[in-house]
Amino acid sequence: MSHPSPKSPALPRTLLSLLLCGAALGGAASAMAAPVKVGLALDISGPFAALGAEARDGFALGIKQLGGKLGGQDVEFVQADMAGSPDQAKQLVDRMIQRDKIDIFSGPIGSNVALAVGPTLFNAKVPYLSANAGPSQFAGAQCNAYFFGTAYQNDQFHEAAGKFAQDRGFKKTVLIAPNYPAGKDALGGFKRQFKGQVADELYTKLGQIDYAAELAQLRAAKPDSIYFFLPGAMGINFIKQFVGAGLSKDITLVTSGFSADEDVIGAVGEPMLGLFNTSHWAHDLDNAANKAFVAAFRKEYNGRYPSVYAAQAYDAILAMDAAVKQSGGNAQNREAVVAALKKANYASTRGSFKYANNHYPVENFYLRVIGKDAQGKVTNKLINTVLTNYGDSYADKCPLK
Amino acid sequence: MSGILVLEQLLNGLGYGLMLFLLAAGLTLVFGIMDVLNLAHGSLFMSGAYVAAEAHTRTGSFTAAIVIAVAVTVVVALLLEVLLMRRLYTRDHLAQVLATFGVILVADDIVKMAWGPSPVMAPTPAALSGPIELVDGLPYPSYRLVILAGGLLVALALYLLVNHTRIGMRVRAGASDRPMAELMGVRVGRIFNGVFLLGAALAALAGALMGPIVAVQVGMGEAILIPALVVLVIGGIGSVRGAFVAALLVGVVDTIGRAFMPMLLRATLPPATAADLGPLFAEVAMYALMVIVLIFRPSGLFSARS
Repeated sequence: MSHPSPKSPALPRTLLSLLLCGAALGGAASAMAAPVKVGLALDISGPFAALGAEARDGFALGIKQLGGKLGGQDVEFVQADMAGSPDQAKQLVDRMIQRDKIDIFSGPIGSNVALAVGPTLFNAKVPYLSANAGPSQFAGAQCNAYFFGTAYQNDQFHEAAGKFAQDRGFKKTVLIAPNYPAGKDALGGFKRQFKGQVADELYTKLGQIDYAAELAQLRAAKPDSIYFFLPGAMGINFIKQFVGAGLSKDITLVTSGFSADEDVIGAVGEPMLGLFNTSHWAHDLDNAANKAFVAAFRKEYNGRYPSVYAAQAYDAILAMDAAVKQSGGNAQNREAVVAALKKANYASTRGSFKYANNHYPVENFYLRVIGKDAQGKVTNKLINTVLTNYGDSYADKCPLK
Repeated sequence: MSGILVLEQLLNGLGYGLMLFLLAAGLTLVFGIMDVLNLAHGSLFMSGAYVAAEAHTRTGSFTAAIVIAVAVTVVVALLLEVLLMRRLYTRDHLAQVLATFGVILVADDIVKMAWGPSPVMAPTPAALSGPIELVDGLPYPSYRLVILAGGLLVALALYLLVNHTRIGMRVRAGASDRPMAELMGVRVGRIFNGVFLLGAALAALAGALMGPIVAVQVGMGEAILIPALVVLVIGGIGSVRGAFVAALLVGVVDTIGRAFMPMLLRATLPPATAADLGPLFAEVAMYALMVIVLIFRPSGLFSARS
């Protein structure tokens, strides 16, 4: 009768394999029970604070409507204020990945922030739904399977405005943008679709306050229309001073949806009436999902109309919900989540859209004009569709299939 | 290029210069005369703009809005002076910069709590919302004429106050040699208190006047601080006259840089080079002016301490 001696390797080996089994089982069990972890970047301070607050309200409404679950799974939302700062965002996202072990990420408003946090997320294979920023870098050669520009590609708004200007038959237009990369991209995007005469391209200082010199040049150039891309306060300064100089009587002002959304309307008011702008969404866009969203948003936030930023954030939550559900409820299976996200199979506030090979949307772009609603409130009104099922011009450089 | 366009751009330059002077006047008083570097000057400017916007919407009167904005901001400045600034007068500039930078952060958060993160509406008074024909073929925004007039009046009032009144004399005495002035019976602490409040009132006036043509939003004070400091440095620290001349110079040079440099370059250089250089020139014109002035007059145009 031989008892296994303590020196025999058999017992430890059995114990070890039992332990391993247990660990594996325990691991699997905890994976089943662990909530989906979602990292949300909220730019509620810094240069994009106003837009970030809109996005936060959109996220919050989506989360509330889903009862705090995604695809029926419990969710832990890890929220952090990136403050529109690439450095701060990078640190916060590193922490979200290493400490909080997030499964999905969504958020930052600024393209500079998106570019800063992208590579870290891609390395960690965390699906990243960009709820606003759509930098061209991630659309072309540097596209990534884990990145989804769920909203738009940056150039598309300007291309839509160029198409509108072309369709309208403007003969002579002047373009204005700040002297930085996004400004040049914007005007380039406009010119891709506008074939009429561009009388002048004015580049202003970034963050410029006074536009008197540019307005005098505009008056002297006598264009029939102006296209401006002046994000944030610059746009507000420009519109106020443009109207004050009496130029709005003779010149049609055209901009992208960025400078004509509810946050800007709230600051400028009546002088914005009649301003044309282009966007992939409008609060009066006629589809069931959008009507329900706008009604719920206005009920939740004291009758305020949602902006594009709120709609996009809400959409990002719906997209996550659908992806978790369609991947069989296993958010840890990144490939399944990405495959489900790519289908874009959910009731978007934009109506149905699909992704191109670079994971940027192929969608409609609309013309809006600022007018008054039935209660006399100044807001955007949808006019018509400018571009139908429109993709971006970088997709063919993206190696993804 | 027509004569009218040149005239209009000169007027724009003077207008922008007077705007800068409104901003820099308070800063030059506090920094130049009291030697206190108050970065929170921009926050007082923001306070003026927000309070004026709110008061204008509620009362419907632009004049009342300006008065209320100045009054409220002076009260805020009084609290700031008693609680903080008073302790900083004798400290070095680094302590002043750190403490007043802290004030900026606190002020931005308070404004965000009270008015939210989105820019608020600051209406233009209805009577001044359109342009008027200055000379034939030159319509000029009437509201800008108000800013022009405001800047000129402030310049005149400050000049008279500092150079031709007893209070002004005491202020200058306290600034140039505090112990000696105190020995002569000047209550310098009290006078400095008054100068700080006057500086705050000027910041609030600038904010209230500029609200209708700029975005009234959190952090608006930080954006204006740099051009205001450039004006201060070019003018010579402590000189109201210097600040006035420097503000007009910066305004005109900046406007000419933006309006005519790209045009000039396009006429002389290949289009691609001109397209790259033009905006660059416009952007650095103000700093180039500062460098040139400092090469020839290291302490500014009219330094009070040379």
